[in-house]
Amino acid sequence: MTLAEMQFVVPDLRIASAEIFMLAMACLVLIVDLFVKDRKRTVTYVLTQLALLGSAVVTVATSSGQVSYTFSNMFVSDLMADLLKFMVYISVILVLFYSRAYVLERPQLAKGEFYVLSLFATLGMMVMISASHFLTVYIGIELLSLSLYAMVALNRDSIPATEASMKYFVLGALASGLLLYGMSMIYGATGTLEIAALAGRLFGGEGNGIILSFGLVFLMAGIAFKLGVVPFHMWIPDVYHGAPTAVTLFIASAPKLAAFAIVIRILVNGLIVASRDWQAMLIILSVLSMAVGNFAAIAQTNIKRMLAYSAISHMGFMLLGMATGVIDGDVRFIFNAYSSSMFYVVTYVLTSLGAFGTILLLSRAGFESDEISDFAGLNKRNSWYAAIMMMMMFSMAGIPFFVGFFAKFSVLQAVVAAGHLWLALAAVFFSLVGAYYYLRVVKVMYFDAPANAVPIKASMDVKLLMSANGLAVALIGIFPNGLMMLCATSLTNSIAF
Amino acid sequence: MSGLPLLSLAIWVPIFSGLVVLLTGTDRNSPLARMLALIGAIVGLFVTLPLYSGFDTTTPAMQFVELLPWIRRFNINYHLGVDGISMLFVILNSFITIIVVLAGWKVIESKVAQYNAGFLIMSGLLNGIFASLDGMLFYIFFEASLIPLYLIIGVWGGPKRVYAAFKFFLFTLMGSLLFLIALIYLYLYSGGSFAIQDWHQIPIPMVQQKWIFLAFLAAFAVKVPMWPVHTWLPDAHVEAPTGGSIVLAAIALKLGAYGFLRFSLPIAPDASHEFSWLILALSLIAVVYIGFVALVQEDMKKLVAYSSIAHMGFVTLGFFIFSPLGMEGALVQMVSHGFIAGAMFYCIGVMYDRVHSRMIVDYGGVVNTMPKFAAFFMLFAMANAGLPATSGFVGEFMVILASVKFNFWVAFAAASTMILGAAYTLWMYKRVVFGAVGNHHVEELTDITSREFLVLALLALGALGMGLYPQPFTEVMHSSVDELLRHISVSKIQ
Repeated sequence: MTLAEMQFVVPDLRIASAEIFMLAMACLVLIVDLFVKDRKRTVTYVLTQLALLGSAVVTVATSSGQVSYTFSNMFVSDLMADLLKFMVYISVILVLFYSRAYVLERPQLAKGEFYVLSLFATLGMMVMISASHFLTVYIGIELLSLSLYAMVALNRDSIPATEASMKYFVLGALASGLLLYGMSMIYGATGTLEIAALAGRLFGGEGNGIILSFGLVFLMAGIAFKLGVVPFHMWIPDVYHGAPTAVTLFIASAPKLAAFAIVIRILVNGLIVASRDWQAMLIILSVLSMAVGNFAAIAQTNIKRMLAYSAISHMGFMLLGMATGVIDGDVRFIFNAYSSSMFYVVTYVLTSLGAFGTILLLSRAGFESDEISDFAGLNKRNSWYAAIMMMMMFSMAGIPFFVGFFAKFSVLQAVVAAGHLWLALAAVFFSLVGAYYYLRVVKVMYFDAPANAVPIKASMDVKLLMSANGLAVALIGIFPNGLMMLCATSLTNSIAF
Repeated sequence: MSGLPLLSLAIWVPIFSGLVVLLTGTDRNSPLARMLALIGAIVGLFVTLPLYSGFDTTTPAMQFVELLPWIRRFNINYHLGVDGISMLFVILNSFITIIVVLAGWKVIESKVAQYNAGFLIMSGLLNGIFASLDGMLFYIFFEASLIPLYLIIGVWGGPKRVYAAFKFFLFTLMGSLLFLIALIYLYLYSGGSFAIQDWHQIPIPMVQQKWIFLAFLAAFAVKVPMWPVHTWLPDAHVEAPTGGSIVLAAIALKLGAYGFLRFSLPIAPDASHEFSWLILALSLIAVVYIGFVALVQEDMKKLVAYSSIAHMGFVTLGFFIFSPLGMEGALVQMVSHGFIAGAMFYCIGVMYDRVHSRMIVDYGGVVNTMPKFAAFFMLFAMANAGLPATSGFVGEFMVILASVKFNFWVAFAAASTMILGAAYTLWMYKRVVFGAVGNHHVEELTDITSREFLVLALLALGALGMGLYPQPFTEVMHSSVDELLRHISVSKIQ
């Protein structure tokens, strides 16, 4: 490129309008909150919800169904990004609704920072989802992670929360380091950080094989940390357990969608040529995660910890689909496999929201309700909430008619289609192990006598949303076709060879 | 009448009435919940009756077929239909639902709405299993039916109910997960079809057939249950409330046997022939060994549970000697066992409600205080032992007759059930009912109420009617059984 050709191109801002809107709103909320005198921070709360709703509107309005790049190909907008971002907004909106009462009862949390950080974390996820350049990926991850570190530590005087935050920060920083190191190696091997260009160069047979492999390993370590799969899972139980439940709910939901997006962006869009290498790594990660996650969950008495290990096993199961897309160098089946994984993540987030939402619902001032025994006799106290939690548990265990069954089924069929029968057998074996601890929660709620009879208070909006959340898990379970097709279409749109 | 989607009604009428019952809420409304449940169950039976009256006995083809696309992404269809094999079970199940609602009428006092709703929903799901012609639809109903039974055992069960509920759920899930993999394999192998009838037609090499057969076996053997994976059943039966035991014995045990007919035999006929020795051996162990085990039981429910396993051994035996007589005998045995085992558990429930014990030693001389009950109990005990003129005799006799033609020693071992069955059932009957009044509990017993009389009379009608005049039951299954046997005699290996 000669000097004459180099000219400043104004980036097409429309493509990133949702992010720009979110950034502006986050800054606005930050400033407005300074002037809010109300201890309840109602103005901040409403503005935050409006920011999320507004972003959702902007995303839908600007969704063109086409793959378009901007900011010198660092940022991409396509159908998959739109769909995942939309799911992120929904889950963050639900998180804020569910945690409203919980936050108000805890003065340490009831600050403007909770909302501002939520918005910045959301922005980070949006950037991750739309990244088409390694640096964009990194910026997104850091924006998300730094916000989350702070959110975990919001409850300043709580020792477990502080410990969780420290652990999260130290390990997270290490993972970011690994990720950056991997990126730099890939840059060294191929001379580009742009994901589409990287794929092109690798197709052309360029790149130093050994450095590329090393870079890939480091990248995988970083991604595995963000997904929380074994052996990079250590932070998950402690952070889920130590963080205030409202923040746990946040961490356990939307970031999974963003982590899935970067798996697609980096591994599929960028490094599909090296699929043989990363598929083998993913298989190991996924089997280990299902094994450790499911067996360790059995031993837990704290439901947040149990769901943390369950999250590890679910991410492992989801990775099975990612690990079996390319069959003997043939990429024809990837849409089937990857869209199954996408369906798995989306439905898992929905289920996770409902499960943690119920924990929040049962908590009140000075009482966390995070032991499994706190759910004892829930059916006698309130049969509808017990029914919702039961649906979440059966869905996570993969029992029809709940959506978790179809998620597991669609991933399994991709695994069998790839000829990995033994992998499918391992997956169902670990699902059987997993069924035990989900059943135990149902047992505690339905078979045991209530430990306390304090009535469960919930505001109308939370009641309605929880019910909608529960019914969604059941109804998408009965009519899963629409969401499955949506995932398939958006992936087909976003992955181009 | 034929214009109505009868099978959909058979599935969804009970499920929706279950949801309506659930809406009645707390126990303040329990009379209403009971009434609604009974109405739902009766309507549920009435919508299945045209299945029999409108049934064409001359064809083995599926009838009352409904086909709607459901999950296009995987070509899964809402595909329903019945043949002579499955139709009877839809009706039997809907009939048993009424019995179950009546059986829990007075006994269940806490969470009445949830109890009745659980049974109604389960009834719909079980009908769905029998009516499914799509492999995935079958699996979904098959798995979903675990949830209500798990809750019923766990919430309204006996002292060790938690253990029993978990064992029941996890054992069954273990088998059915392998079944799921086999279904996915067949889906891919057949080029993207979940239609069971397509799978019947595709040729499959022997090695694959064997694996498919074994995966099916894992699911169905647990459900039948066959020795040695039968251990969950006595626990589940003992701990379940009476209604749960009735459904478990009368319907849920039939699912495994039905699965053999719908999946194992027609999809993997060569492997079925290859492994028939295994099934025969396991069946005979169930008949003889479990028969002896039943003999030494001290708990009446456990005794009947073991006797159920022995009787189901007869069913699998009848299937795998590949003769029309054996197969029809096994099917008759399945239906008849539905009436008899249901009735036996109900009888034990009647005594348990009064004395709160299932132990044989806590009884003695019941005939003195409950003469009407003793008469009914006698009839069902005789039927359980396989006395001629009861339905228990017809099936057993047909299977023994067929096995004599097949192999003398197999028949010899199978026929021992005539002695063993009589021994354990009648010995129990003698200790419980005859003799002097055993203790003050028995002395204070009151004879059956009119509601209990109605339930027992309905079941007796089934057991006796089928024993005296089995024709209406066997004639509907002829063409389907003949077609099935013709199908599995042709090799699928190409």
